[in-house]
Amino acid sequence: MKEFDKNEGEYEDFGSEPQSRVIVVPGEVVSSEEDFLPGEGARREGKDIVASRYGLAEKVGRVIKIIPFSGAFIPRRNNVIIGRVSDIVHSGWIVDIDYAQNGFLPLMESPRFVNKGEMDQFLAIGDVVAAKVWSVSPKGIDLAMKGKGLGKLEGGFIFRVNPSRVPRIIGREGSMINLIKVNTGCNITIGQNGWIWVKGNSLDSELKARKAIEFIADKVLVTGLTEKTEKWFGENK
Amino acid sequence: MSSMGLSSLTYNTLSKMFAEGKRFDGRKLIEQRDFSVEYNVSNKAEGSARVRMGKTEVVVGIKLEVGTPYPDSMDKGNLMVSGDLLPLASPRFESGPPKFAAIELPRLIDRMIRESHVIDLKKLVITEGEKVWTVIIDIYPINDDGALIDAASIGAIAALLQTHIPALDKDCKIDHESKSTKKLPLLEDTIPLSFTFYKLGESLIIDPTREEEEACDGKIVWGISNWKGKEHMIHSCQKGLETAITRQNVDEMMKHLPKVYDDTLKKLKKFLK
Repeated sequence: MKEFDKNEGEYEDFGSEPQSRVIVVPGEVVSSEEDFLPGEGARREGKDIVASRYGLAEKVGRVIKIIPFSGAFIPRRNNVIIGRVSDIVHSGWIVDIDYAQNGFLPLMESPRFVNKGEMDQFLAIGDVVAAKVWSVSPKGIDLAMKGKGLGKLEGGFIFRVNPSRVPRIIGREGSMINLIKVNTGCNITIGQNGWIWVKGNSLDSELKARKAIEFIADKVLVTGLTEKTEKWFGENK
Repeated sequence: MSSMGLSSLTYNTLSKMFAEGKRFDGRKLIEQRDFSVEYNVSNKAEGSARVRMGKTEVVVGIKLEVGTPYPDSMDKGNLMVSGDLLPLASPRFESGPPKFAAIELPRLIDRMIRESHVIDLKKLVITEGEKVWTVIIDIYPINDDGALIDAASIGAIAALLQTHIPALDKDCKIDHESKSTKKLPLLEDTIPLSFTFYKLGESLIIDPTREEEEACDGKIVWGISNWKGKEHMIHSCQKGLETAITRQNVDEMMKHLPKVYDDTLKKLKKFLK
């Protein structure tokens, strides 16, 4: 089996410091200079770079990309997702990943041997799993569960934020999420589909982690959010 | 919100949390979210209100039409409550023929209003046995974050208190040109409201968010008022979902219900003009 890329996918990293951020609407010309290349959420029309999404246009190096304010989750290879087992079929589990299509988790992905007749011993309907998107094809979405932090989720709780806020919650190179982990002592897994799993030593610390994440998800246009979150933790001891 | 179904993880967590008396948003088990009421949402309706309760949002509109009385109540006006669970309100709602929840919502609001006799239907007769007013209450959930019935009941009564009876011309047709200041005849000092108690494990909660509502496995909807400004009076109740509600549960609800009603009424009075 092929190894996953070391790089955790483009969503999780904002790259180098952005030079400027402006709010754009679909169809708006972001730049007419030929030096730039269209990135995520942007396209080239003749000489212009035109926005395809409503959000913040950001110039990073030569690339212009748009961080959308809202929008559904679109699975890509290597995305970590949190899903709910919605059915058991003969060769694996059907997982609801909060997308138009269900994901498929093959029996092979189970970390230990699972008897075909007793598949619900490992994952029953309603159970929650953290998995990685192995492939997205017209036939369906295949999931993989071999990797650090992946597998059946037990204890703690899950909740959902807008999937477009996920990069902010993770922060540049994971700075934001580490801040929350340090301040609450919780184990946190963030799915790119907006579902977040929190597990800590006590319910209070878990609830605090959830509050902090929802606080971040609320602040769309705020700059210097890491400092503000630090301050928030200071105020909400 | 999303369309992902209830996970066993959420169910177990909520059962445990409720047993400890805790909720995700820091409320107590028997504590309601704050709400706000906004009037004149629709300029074509005779009365309208928008209720925002947390993220739950409901618009209620009231229309008055000239109709014929029902054969069993020739001396009374008519009351009709309709509701639509619009797909825009929640990924759980699909367009198409109304399903259980879409039938339950207007029925419960109808029963709450009808049985409290807050609308004086006998005063809605235009010509005895021939023409009466038909009061149509339309409920439109705009966003569902739980406790739709409770929010709709606040919206319905707020809109009713605003409702004017339109003027009629000689042929008993509604004269849309002239502005009428005649109010709908309502029973004085009577404000019926609905409260839904949900049960999960052995815990009872009110005003759940959608996350909590989906995890719960039993509920009772109560219709209660301060009848004629005197005593609390229960007008209607309906049990829903699978789990049995025990005598002890009902006793506990009865303990909380008057207080919950008074709290909500106090909040609502700020918005009544």
